[in-house]
Amino acid sequence: MIEGIQLEFFLILGTLVFFIGIYGFLTRKNLITMLMSAELILNAVNINFVAFNKYLYPENLEGQFFALFIIAIAATEVAVAVSIIISLYRRIKSIDVEKVNEMKY
Amino acid sequence: MENFGYTVIVPFLLFISFLLIGLAGGKFKPALSGIAGTFSVLVCTVVSYITAFSYFSGAGLVNDVYQKIIPYNTEWMRFTDKLVINMGILLDPISVMMLVVISTVSLMVHIYSLGYMKGDSGYSRYFSFLSLFTFSMIGLVISTNIFQTYVFWELVGVSSYLLIGHYYQKPSAVSASKKAFVVTRFADLGFLLGILILSNITGTFDYSILTDPNGSALTQGSAISFMGLSVMTWALILVFMGCAGKSAMFPLHIWLPDAMEGPTPVSALIHAATMVVAGVFLVARLFPLYALSAPAALHLVGYVGAFTSLFAAIIACTQTDIKRILAFSTISQIGLMMLALGVSDFGGEKGLGYMASMFHLFNHAMFKALLFLCAGSVIHAVHSNEMNGMGGLRKFMPVTHITFLVACLAIAGIPPFSGFFSKDEILVAAYEKDFLLFIVSMIIAGLTAFYMFRLYFSVFWNKASDYKTAPHESPLNMAVPLMFLAFASLITGFIPFSKFVTADGKGFETHIHWGIALPAVGIALAGIFTAMVIYKKESDLPQRIKASLGSLYSLVYKKFYIDEIYIFITKKIIFNGISTPVAWFDRKVVDNTMNGIAAVTNFVSVKIKSFQSGQLQQYAYVMVSGMIIIILFVLYLWNK
Repeated sequence: MIEGIQLEFFLILGTLVFFIGIYGFLTRKNLITMLMSAELILNAVNINFVAFNKYLYPENLEGQFFALFIIAIAATEVAVAVSIIISLYRRIKSIDVEKVNEMKY
Repeated sequence: MENFGYTVIVPFLLFISFLLIGLAGGKFKPALSGIAGTFSVLVCTVVSYITAFSYFSGAGLVNDVYQKIIPYNTEWMRFTDKLVINMGILLDPISVMMLVVISTVSLMVHIYSLGYMKGDSGYSRYFSFLSLFTFSMIGLVISTNIFQTYVFWELVGVSSYLLIGHYYQKPSAVSASKKAFVVTRFADLGFLLGILILSNITGTFDYSILTDPNGSALTQGSAISFMGLSVMTWALILVFMGCAGKSAMFPLHIWLPDAMEGPTPVSALIHAATMVVAGVFLVARLFPLYALSAPAALHLVGYVGAFTSLFAAIIACTQTDIKRILAFSTISQIGLMMLALGVSDFGGEKGLGYMASMFHLFNHAMFKALLFLCAGSVIHAVHSNEMNGMGGLRKFMPVTHITFLVACLAIAGIPPFSGFFSKDEILVAAYEKDFLLFIVSMIIAGLTAFYMFRLYFSVFWNKASDYKTAPHESPLNMAVPLMFLAFASLITGFIPFSKFVTADGKGFETHIHWGIALPAVGIALAGIFTAMVIYKKESDLPQRIKASLGSLYSLVYKKFYIDEIYIFITKKIIFNGISTPVAWFDRKVVDNTMNGIAAVTNFVSVKIKSFQSGQLQQYAYVMVSGMIIIILFVLYLWNK
């Protein structure tokens, strides 16, 4: 355990990472960068899970397991998303999100 | 008591034959489907004869009364505890008799059709529908309850429709089949209402309860009255409306003459011998109800029958299409059967009319089928229905000539042919009950002899027309049924019918009443003689008579303009008065409501479709801002 660091600091860190992720997701035009932003959002959640687990219920391990699951899911999500992006690139020779508007009405 | 379980074979075999020929008929040679159909009917005929023989030779007899035997009865549909519909087999004198009639005539028609329909493109379709018809007709007569009757009643209606429209490329055949279907359907509306009222007041569909002369069904419903008649009477009048439609009673007779557009063997089977007597059969089936519970309805049956009979006999004297003459003759003879039922009472010798009606039904089936098959043979040889184009055929077609003569003598009521015996019983029954109906049936007897021999002399005597190719006798498979039926017309009169088929199941003795029979035969002979004078040799006498009768002749020739009245009522009154406003309402109001809803939906969706921009980040913006709004709202509520 990291002594002397209070829970609030972890929460502030999580919030920062979360909003950096949201900001990146909303403003970046590159699909890979957007994917990375989404990963940041997931990791912000992970930080919260682990921190809450550690500080509030140190005798339990559910929070840590949740974090592990989210890491696994994030990995699969990356695999799927990257394959979509690759096939998209083959199709329109671009990974700019604004050019991907074939699915509208 | 013997178990008649084997009778189940009859309907099942016919149904299988229908499915087999109908579904697989296109796969193998047409001739095979004809033979398959004929063979299954042959088996059914044998089974029916065995059933009839063992039933009438004592197996159905308990204490000198023929019992109703139900060898098979199964629950078909159960709606509620009380509303249960069964399917089964009921054997009693009339259903056993009908089994014999239907299977015999059907077998003869099948054999005849093997020759008559040869080379027709719809050969296997024709035979599958014949099987369907025979199946449904047999199902009708062996019904254990009135609802089963109704089901098979509709099935014979539809097979009649299919067979009238056999030559579906011909517009006249299509419209004739449609007419037959619509008219009988209209009548069946009355039948259905009758069934519903009847089962409502008696609480059962079952014939064995409904027609039990000692049962409680007879008295129920007589207490409640509506417009001066008891509810039971109304129910039976409505049932009779269905019978009138099927049996072509006035004013619902208009479909039968047009139904002659079908192939001639079909006319013989359906529109002469079996289906059209279903109405007579049903009245006979419900006879205890008619006789004991609603005499007014029975009177109506008798008078409608008498009027129709006279009316059709008069029209038959003027027609020139040989099948139409036979059609009107059928209507007339069925009217006579209805008349006989109408003058009958229930029980013992008072039930003479009932027995006479069934006897006449039996004989009529034989000789009328024979007449139609002979007509088919003539049409086959001459390729025309018009009597004016025929003449002198006796030299070319000896078998057809002799058999046709036998049938004419039988229908005219000349002893010892079968029609004489049954007509005598009808006359006696009418004489004892109602003198007016007796006079009417005497006149009908004379007219019948006249128009049948008018047909006979015009076709087989008179001057031979210039036939392009000389007419020839029909092949053997068409001649054999003719000979068989002629033989039947000769001998069936000697069957002691009154011992077997009576209203209450008890047999009684009858004898010829010469006091009535002699004048009747005299009138018939006078009719024959008149026809001979006018039509045997070629002369201008028919034309002169036609001219002297003037407008009266054309009134009759146009069948009293009944068809025109129907057309006027439907086209002018119903179409203009009801159908046009309804169509207007449908087109303007109903359709426009639906179109309006669709237009509004379309308009809104065009307006809002730009929300779906396809830009992923726009969606994300909306989602995030929505989430923030919700969170703020929840926090606001939380802190309040």
